Amino acid sequence: MPSHRRAVLVLALLVLLGAASFAAALAIGSLSVPLADVVGALLGEPVEHAAIVRELRLPRALAGFACGGLLALAGALMQVLLRNPLADPYVLGISGGAGVGAMFAILLGFAAAGINGLAFLGALAAMFVVFGLAHGDGAWTQTRLLLTGVIVAAGCGALVALMLSIAPEHKLRGMLFWLMGDLSQTGAPWAALAVLAAGFAVSLPFARELNLLARGQDTAQSLGVDVKRLRYAVYGIASLVTAVAVTSAGSIGFVGLVVPHLVRLAIGNDQRLLLPAAVLAGGALLTFADTLARTVVAPQQLPVGVLTALIGVPVFLFLLARHRQ
Amino acid sequence: MSALIEARGLAVSVGGHVVCRDLGFALAAGERLAILGRNGAGKSTLLSVLAGLRPADAGEVRLGGETYAALGPRAAAQRRGWLPQRHGDAFASSVLETALTGRHPHLGRWDWESKRDAEIARTAIAAVGLAGMEQRDVQTLSGGERQRLAIATLLTQAPPLYLLDEPLAHLDLNHQIAVLDLFAAAARDRCAGVVMVLHEPGLADRYCDRALLVYGDGRCELGACRELLTADRLAELYGHPLKEVESDGRRWFIPA
Repeated sequence: MPSHRRAVLVLALLVLLGAASFAAALAIGSLSVPLADVVGALLGEPVEHAAIVRELRLPRALAGFACGGLLALAGALMQVLLRNPLADPYVLGISGGAGVGAMFAILLGFAAAGINGLAFLGALAAMFVVFGLAHGDGAWTQTRLLLTGVIVAAGCGALVALMLSIAPEHKLRGMLFWLMGDLSQTGAPWAALAVLAAGFAVSLPFARELNLLARGQDTAQSLGVDVKRLRYAVYGIASLVTAVAVTSAGSIGFVGLVVPHLVRLAIGNDQRLLLPAAVLAGGALLTFADTLARTVVAPQQLPVGVLTALIGVPVFLFLLARHRQ
Repeated sequence: MSALIEARGLAVSVGGHVVCRDLGFALAAGERLAILGRNGAGKSTLLSVLAGLRPADAGEVRLGGETYAALGPRAAAQRRGWLPQRHGDAFASSVLETALTGRHPHLGRWDWESKRDAEIARTAIAAVGLAGMEQRDVQTLSGGERQRLAIATLLTQAPPLYLLDEPLAHLDLNHQIAVLDLFAAAARDRCAGVVMVLHEPGLADRYCDRALLVYGDGRCELGACRELLTADRLAELYGHPLKEVESDGRRWFIPA
């Protein structure tokens, strides 16, 4: 149980970090906007470049924050569900399913709405297939769930590779960007933000029960947790939240794995703090990364997933090395 | 008043191996029962059925007259505590945080652990001899320390009925006796009921009123330790000849 003062301090710092990520996302770009003008634009004043801030950068920053928050929330929940600090939102094949749907839609030449629709359907299909196969006779252990998810993800990967190899040249770039995770094609952020708020609001009341679930199913059950119902709920919420994130921005890697892990190192594994802290940190990280993605080699834009992976891999290796000591 | 725990017509099997058929018993407040049997006889399986963690093949278990299904997990956790045989810690956590998980069934959904809860946990940690280690990470504890922390968590939960799966695992002799004394005191002072899986018939004789012998072929025998625990019967139970020796009025059974 982290002390209240430390908890408030950490959350306050993360709120500031989130605000800073928005300031950077709105001010920085091919055209720099002074911070005073950014504030003016947000307040609706007729300042210079108000349209760029309000109509281009703000929706993208909000979408980035929402996706980062969704992925971090899903990662934190998956790590508890699988009792494995190395689990991530994609380990159970959700992003694989979404990838198959999205690749198929791009191959057929669908517009953005069609791509998103099929990606979401693919994610849901993967979610039900993994649940159905792992649940089987009712004894869905962590190992069985994990193995089923990994196998389904591998199958989806094969289908994605198949579609990539038969796709015409001019569609390949779009497909690759989707697979690496990209915020440039993301539409209105409100759906993702609403799902983030809902997912967080539904998870938080169960945070203390999640603490017990992380200590083992029988231990949790013996201390008064309805383990069966809780695991269904966690699986459902984590999967849906992942599906929404992947649908809106493709499979952005490492946020869902590294953020809950980093937050756990800083404040411990009490989900009552970890969940809000992970949402804030994930949102801020992805917003920062996306700002970098569209400025580093401007005017060209990088898929943000490349940057999160480039940041995530060394951070994760560092954490692993530290863990071993 | 209904028994703390009551089993009726209980049939339990694990992996096609029958543990018991038609087992019935009731445990009153303040009573202590030892479960003895060979490795693999199904002692732990039986205990987890009694704890409501796995279903019985037939029959039912009632806590204070009510079934687990009727009680729900939270009310059940206020009536019985269960000590697991293995403690897997997938994530880092402090000793104090771990002991505080015992308060879960006593807290509402939005409650945060209070000063009083922390006090209860600290008292339990001190009772098992871990005082001063409250901030240690559980992943750095030795086997015996982790076992004592699990017992402290159970004391923090403070249920009227304790179901202990090998409470003496990993413990040194001094801690074995200290732990048995703790539960003896709980039975005497708080009228707690205790069911424990033990490996040492002499300790069962010294610390329990009754014993349940699980033979591993579906046969079970229940009776007062004094009458039930004899060298001949235990020799059959463990499949090895035993000799009874007496010292200071206490009976011990040593392998012949």
